[in-house]
Amino acid sequence: MPNRFFYAVVTLIIPLVLCLPTAQAQEGKSGGSIIVTYKDDIVTLDPAIGYDWVNWSMIKSIFSRLLDYKPGTTELVPSLAESYEISKDGLTYTFALRKGVKFHNGRELVADDVKYSIERTNNPKTESPGAGFYDMIAGMEAFKKGKAIEVKGIAVLGKHSIKFTLDRRDATFLHVMALNFSSVVPKEIVDKEGKDFGKRPVGSGAYSVAEWKLGQQLIFKKNPSYFVAGVPKLDQITFQVGLEPMTAMLKLEKGEADVAGDGIPPAKFLEIKNNPKYAGMIIEGGQLQTGYISLNVQMKPFDDPRVRQAVNMAVNKDRIVKIINNRAVPAVQPLPPSMPGHDKSFTGYPYDPAKAKEVLKSAGLEKGFKTTMYVFNVDPNPRIAQAIQQDLKEIGIEVALKSLAQANVIAAGGKPKTAPMIWSGGMAWIADFPDPSNFYGPILGCTGATPGGWNWSWYCNKDLDKRAAAADAMSDPARSAERAQAWRTVFTDIMKDAPWVPVFHEQRFTFRSKRLGGPDSLYVDPVRIPINYDHIYIKG
Amino acid sequence: MFFYLLNRVMQAAALLVGVSLITFLLLYVMPADPARQIAGRSATPETVATIRQQLGLDQPLYVQYTRYLAGLATFDLGRSYAQKTQVTSILASRLPATLLLMLAAISAEIVIGLCIGLVGAVWRGTSIDNGAMVASFIGVSTPQFVAAMAMLYTFSVTLDWLPVGGYGELQHLVLPALTLGLLGAGWYARMMRSMMIEVLSQDYIRTARAKGASGTRIIFVHALRNAVIPIIAMIGIDIGYFMSGAVVVESVFGWPGIGQLTWQSIQQVDIPAIMGITLLAATAVIIGNLIADIVAPLIDPRVKLYPTR
Repeated sequence: MPNRFFYAVVTLIIPLVLCLPTAQAQEGKSGGSIIVTYKDDIVTLDPAIGYDWVNWSMIKSIFSRLLDYKPGTTELVPSLAESYEISKDGLTYTFALRKGVKFHNGRELVADDVKYSIERTNNPKTESPGAGFYDMIAGMEAFKKGKAIEVKGIAVLGKHSIKFTLDRRDATFLHVMALNFSSVVPKEIVDKEGKDFGKRPVGSGAYSVAEWKLGQQLIFKKNPSYFVAGVPKLDQITFQVGLEPMTAMLKLEKGEADVAGDGIPPAKFLEIKNNPKYAGMIIEGGQLQTGYISLNVQMKPFDDPRVRQAVNMAVNKDRIVKIINNRAVPAVQPLPPSMPGHDKSFTGYPYDPAKAKEVLKSAGLEKGFKTTMYVFNVDPNPRIAQAIQQDLKEIGIEVALKSLAQANVIAAGGKPKTAPMIWSGGMAWIADFPDPSNFYGPILGCTGATPGGWNWSWYCNKDLDKRAAAADAMSDPARSAERAQAWRTVFTDIMKDAPWVPVFHEQRFTFRSKRLGGPDSLYVDPVRIPINYDHIYIKG
Repeated sequence: MFFYLLNRVMQAAALLVGVSLITFLLLYVMPADPARQIAGRSATPETVATIRQQLGLDQPLYVQYTRYLAGLATFDLGRSYAQKTQVTSILASRLPATLLLMLAAISAEIVIGLCIGLVGAVWRGTSIDNGAMVASFIGVSTPQFVAAMAMLYTFSVTLDWLPVGGYGELQHLVLPALTLGLLGAGWYARMMRSMMIEVLSQDYIRTARAKGASGTRIIFVHALRNAVIPIIAMIGIDIGYFMSGAVVVESVFGWPGIGQLTWQSIQQVDIPAIMGITLLAATAVIIGNLIADIVAPLIDPRVKLYPTR
C-alpha cells in the first residue's frame, strides 16, 4: 500500500517533468495579433459602468459615440455623428448620424439608440458613475428624480437625426458626448443580458469581444464592418490579466507579450530606461494628471492663507520628482501642461524655505505646529509623503503620516474637518476629459466641497465659482481661446489662496515590443489610456 | 459511519456560520463606504443613495447579516462590488486553476519532501542528513515571492525552457507548482524524517530485520506505511492552505486562481468577494481535514475514525 501510494504520486509528477523540453516551442503568433497584459482583472465592459484605466480604452474600442478624439490628440472630431449644428443661442445641438452603422449583432444603429443610451447612463437604476456629467441637458434632473420617464431635452428628429436641448450654455457638452458613458448600446441586448451586459457587451466599435475567460484572458476580434475605413489595423488583441508588472516585463523581453498595460514597475524603471537593449521600446508622454497636497481650509491653522502659502514654499518639488526617478514634471499650478488653460508663464511659489519661515512667522506661527497628513499606502506614495514631512520639518511643521488603504483615504477626504492634509498620489486627479472645467468643479469648486466629495481642501470661493460658470458658458467654438484665458486666470487666482500644493504632473511611460508600429502618440494617447487599440499596427 | 459524517457536516455548518459572522463584522467596521466606492468619483448623491439602498447598506447590521445568511443557504454569495457579477460565478471561474495548482503543488511537496525525509532518516546523523535538513530549512524559510521570481528568472528568462507566467497549458503549471512544492517540501521532509526515525526504532522493524527482510523492503513496506499517517493529516491542512494561501505565487506567475482573486479583492475592498473567498477557504480546510480523518484508518487500521463500542 505505501508503495502504491508513493508510485501514484510519482506518476502524477512524471508527465510534468517530461513536458519541460517541449515548453520551448512557445512562439508562433498570427500576423495581425498582439498580446497586452494587465495585473488586475477586467471589471466590466459596460460603457455606463466601466471607469478604471484598464477598461477605459477597451470600452472606447468596443463602442462608439457621437464624437471622438483624433487619435493621439485631444482634438474633438465627429464619429457616429457625421456632422452637428449648434444653435445661435448655444442651447441646442443637432447631430446628423452616419447612415448604415451596424452594431456587432448586425442591427443598424439609429437615433433612438443614442437617446436610449444616454438615458440609460443617467437612470439611477443603472448606477452609472458617469451620471454626474449630464446635468446641463434640459429635463435631466426630473428624469433622474423619477419625475419624468424620458429626458425632455433629448429629441429624436428622425432615424438619423437627434437634437439635444440644454438648460444652460456649456462648453463641456461636446466632450461629454465623447465620454465612454455616452457610448451607444443596443437596447434589446442590454435588456436580454441585464447586469451581465458588461461581461457580454455588444457595441458598434472597431473591435468586438470574441472570448472572455474571467480572470484569464479577453480576446478582441476586428469588427470587419466598422464604419471607419481601414480601422482597426489589428485582427485580434488578446488581453492577458493577472500578470504582475514584473512578470509582464519578463514576458515582453521574451517576446511573449507586446504591451505591458500597467507600465514599467517603479523598481525597474531606471534599469530599463538606461538599458540600450530597450531603446525604442519605451514611449514617454504627458498625462492629464496633477499630484497635489490638499490643505483643509476649514481646519486650523490651514484656515489662514498665509500658512498655506508657507507650506507651498517649503515643499521641494524637484527632490520629490527625483525620488520617483523623474517620472513626472514639477507642478506650480493645478492644470497639467497639456491641458488648455495651463499658464506657461506662471511660477507659483518657488521653493524657498527661508521665506516660508518668514510667512509662517507673520501668521503668528514662528514656532511651527503639529498636523497630520493622510497618504495612500502603496509605493511610491509613502516615500513621497516622507519627503514632504522632512521639508515641512525644516520650517517647524511636525507632520504625522497616516498611511492607509486608498478607500480609507478617500473616505477621510470626503468627511468635513477630518484630514488636515492629504497627499493625493495614486488617487487624484486625472481628467475625465481634456477640458479645464473637469479640474475645477469636483476638486476645487463649491460643488465638490460636500460630504463624500473630492474637494479635499473644502475650498469654496463663490466668486471663482461664478467665473468658472461664465467660462463654461462660452460654448461657441469660436470663443475657445477666450474661454481658455478665463480658465487660466481662475486657476492662477486659486493659487493666491493656495488650497493645494501642486507637486507634480505624472508622465506616462508605455513599454511595448519593437514589432509594434504607428506614431508614438498612439501609445501615450491622452484620451485612450493606456494606448489607442484602434490605430496601432504590427510593422513590416 | 453515516451518523459520524452527519455529525461532522453539522459541525462544519456551525463553524462556517461562525466564520461568516466574524468576517462580516470585521469587514463592517472598515471605514470605507462601499456604495461610494462602487459609484465612483463623479457620481451624484442620488446614485450613491440608490446603490446603498439596492445593496441594503442602509439597513442595520443584523438585517444585513441575516440577509447574507439567507443568501448563503441558497449558495448565493451576493454580487461582487468590483467585478459587478455573482461572487459564486467568479469563484467557480477561479476554482479549476486553484484545484489544478493545488494538486500539482501537493504532489510536488510530497515527492520532494518524502524523498528528503526518507534520505535523512535512513542516513541519520551523516552529512547527507544534515544537508537534507538544511535544504528543507531553507525551503520553509524562503519568502514565496523571492523563490517565485528566482524560478521565473532562471527557468523562463535565462534558460528559456518555460513560458513566463500564464495559464492554459501544462508548461504553465510547472513553475508555480514547483515553487510551492519546493517551499512546502521542507515541512514534509522534517515530519517524514522524525516519523521514520521513530518507526525504524520499533520492535517490529527489528523483528523484520532479524528474519532477513531486505533494507528496501523494511523501509518501503514495513516502516513507510506507519510513518505516513501524520503526513496524511498535513495534506488535509495543505488543501485548506492552498485554497486561499497561494496568493503570492499565483500573483507572480499570473495564475488565475483563488489566491490572485484574494489579492485583487482585498485591494479593491470588494467585501462580498472577500466574504466568499473566506468561506470557501474555511470549507476547504474542513473538507481537507475530513478527508484526512477518513483516509487515515484505511492506511493504518489501528486508527479509528470514531469510537466503537
